[in-house]
Amino acid sequence: MTGAQETNGSPPHVGLFVTCLVDLFRPSVGFASLKLLENAGCKVDVPNAQTCCGQPAYNSGDRKDTRAIAEQVIEAFEAFDYVVAPSGSCASMLRKHYPGLFDGDPKWQARAQSFAAKCHELVSFLTDVMGVSSVDARLEASVTYHDSCSGLRELGVKAQPRALLASMNGIQLKEMGDSEVCCGFGGTFCVKYPDISNHIVGKKTANIEAAETDLLLAGDMGCLMNMAGKLRRQGAATEVRHVAEVLAGLTDTPPIAGRAK
Amino acid sequence: MQLTSHKFKSHVSKALVDAQLQKALGNVEKGFIDKRAKAAGALPEFESLRDNAKAIKDHTLANLDLYLETYEARVTAAGGTVHWAETAADARNIVLDICKRRGARTVTKGKSMITEEIGLNDFLSQHDIEPVETDLGEYIIQLRGEHPSHIIAPAVHLNKDQVEGDFRRVHTHLPEFRDLTEPTALLSEAREVLRQRYFEADVGITGANFLVAETGSSVIVTNEGNGDLTQTLGKVHVVVASIEKIVPTLEDTSQILRVLARSATGQDMSVYTTFSTGPKRPDDPDGPEEYHVILLDNGRSSMLGTEYQDMLRCIRCGACMNHCPVYHAVGGHAYGSVYPGPMGAVLTPSLNGIDKAGHLPNASTFCGRCEAVCPMRIPLPKMMRHWREQEFEKHLSARASRYGLGLWAFFARRPKLYRAAVSLAMPLLSRLAGKRHRLGALPLAGGWTDHRDLPAPEGPTFMQQYRKHQASHRP
Ligand code: SF4
Repeated sequence: MTGAQETNGSPPHVGLFVTCLVDLFRPSVGFASLKLLENAGCKVDVPNAQTCCGQPAYNSGDRKDTRAIAEQVIEAFEAFDYVVAPSGSCASMLRKHYPGLFDGDPKWQARAQSFAAKCHELVSFLTDVMGVSSVDARLEASVTYHDSCSGLRELGVKAQPRALLASMNGIQLKEMGDSEVCCGFGGTFCVKYPDISNHIVGKKTANIEAAETDLLLAGDMGCLMNMAGKLRRQGAATEVRHVAEVLAGLTDTPPIAGRAK
Repeated sequence: MQLTSHKFKSHVSKALVDAQLQKALGNVEKGFIDKRAKAAGALPEFESLRDNAKAIKDHTLANLDLYLETYEARVTAAGGTVHWAETAADARNIVLDICKRRGARTVTKGKSMITEEIGLNDFLSQHDIEPVETDLGEYIIQLRGEHPSHIIAPAVHLNKDQVEGDFRRVHTHLPEFRDLTEPTALLSEAREVLRQRYFEADVGITGANFLVAETGSSVIVTNEGNGDLTQTLGKVHVVVASIEKIVPTLEDTSQILRVLARSATGQDMSVYTTFSTGPKRPDDPDGPEEYHVILLDNGRSSMLGTEYQDMLRCIRCGACMNHCPVYHAVGGHAYGSVYPGPMGAVLTPSLNGIDKAGHLPNASTFCGRCEAVCPMRIPLPKMMRHWREQEFEKHLSARASRYGLGLWAFFARRPKLYRAAVSLAMPLLSRLAGKRHRLGALPLAGGWTDHRDLPAPEGPTFMQQYRKHQASHRP
């Protein structure tokens, strides 16, 4: 069943949760998300009262601030049919982790649970909820895809982006070794333990380079910024984009962290 | 062993530049991951076995007192003795008493993490009793005066040449020019040397993978058979095990055994699975004269009923560390604790205090691979996060990061203020980066820019651009 049917014929009303990194660093991904959602038949709005999903506080053990942020997000978004984020880890935060923040507060917990059920990662929302099986975009490039951890393990995002990429014209997908292994970003981890993070991302970029593709794609800005920053520092040839940019055919902007040469 | 988790960062710095260690760690990644995946994939019911295994332990933990009492009664009925040890010191003293009573000069040991936890070897040595490790890996690290770097592969941080060097250094009674190039030569040399020690030993000490309440049996799984010799050749067999090793029945044991080796080494079963019940009976061909079980608590009962109870399901298979990117990067010794990797990051603060082991639950990317492979479905990242929460509440986390986080949260909780701030900052940062679209260095961002460039913002934020775009398209 598609979302359109669920809402009695009128297009599903989607709240776009932009995510802080897309908002601050990569607006292109926000516009790509808008385009993909609208092409899939959604009516999309972007509430003003959004900052971040709260992961930095949550994973630093600051439950009080996390909960305050979660309440803010729920209030801003709960009226929509769906809430969609171009990030596996932010979507998973909303979908899998918000309800647990309200343990011992049944009223808020019920609210968080019905909110959580509407929250989705962008690409899997397009395929699994909206029934999108192909996109009308073209890019002459070989690409490799990194499976970001939360999207992969908490939301099962794996086949969906590959299926949509395969539907595009011109794209050649080449799998890298260990595409499911963490890139070493880990949110605040990468600045708390920079040497370990660097070691892990070094193994990742070696796998990326060995795949010998024009582009590296993934669905999470944190991982993308980490891998792009490392690839550029190493003078590698692979350029980096969010998968939504490619699926939406919006690749006129410079890649993340700039061109290789 | 002395807990040195507070020195985690300096351990890490050394580990990352240790070429030999890095090479050995590459073997962990290659050696365990594919094998586990194959073994799990080959068994259609593997996922449902994991559910069963979890359910068995959950049920046991909910009724732990009952099963412990049943177990004690069965051990006693079989002619054995159960000793209750609340602390590590209690357990050590009970072992020492047994050894002294039997006039033991040497004891052989099967591989056991619990005797590492209680620091048994050093303690026995101080009391002039020589502990002899009989598992090859444990034997090697004992020769080197080290501690295990992995819970099932204690010497995984070493290479063959190092072991050969140790054997030549210690086994001086053997011919100088013997050929030790093949790993099998090392194994047979260790066997040769150890054979003698089994007969000299008065007491054999093992751990236990399971304690079966229904029968009063202790169960060990090994691949070398050394555990069997340890527990049958000595006059006295002492089992040291922590209280959560209990399972209700033999059927339960076999259910969990089906996920244990597959998760650990990718074997269907370990080579030896040995059940011991009481001392030698009159008609038995062999076995020990005395059979003792020391049931150690050492902080575990205080985990019951807390958010850390799930950790007590752990069967010490090692899959979590085998799949951990941080463990792969730094190895087991860097953690500075008996138990390394994700399971250690949860367990060590429980056993030793979060104030002493704060780095461990923080040094995780939360990639979730440990939880994905844990046969007992232990939510390791969630519990590490609980530790971070306790640290935060107790103000144990670093001042600078608390300050940064507080500042960030102040803005994140005030969308209007946040908008105003980032609408100024992002275009500025973007201009600073210019046409390269990245920054090689940035004040206060050294953690990031020491190792990688910082991708620059594209310009104005999405919200700025989107609102502008909307305003110009308004009918
Ligand atoms: S936590 Fe799970 S994966 Fe890790 S050792 Fe224990 S049972 Fe194995």
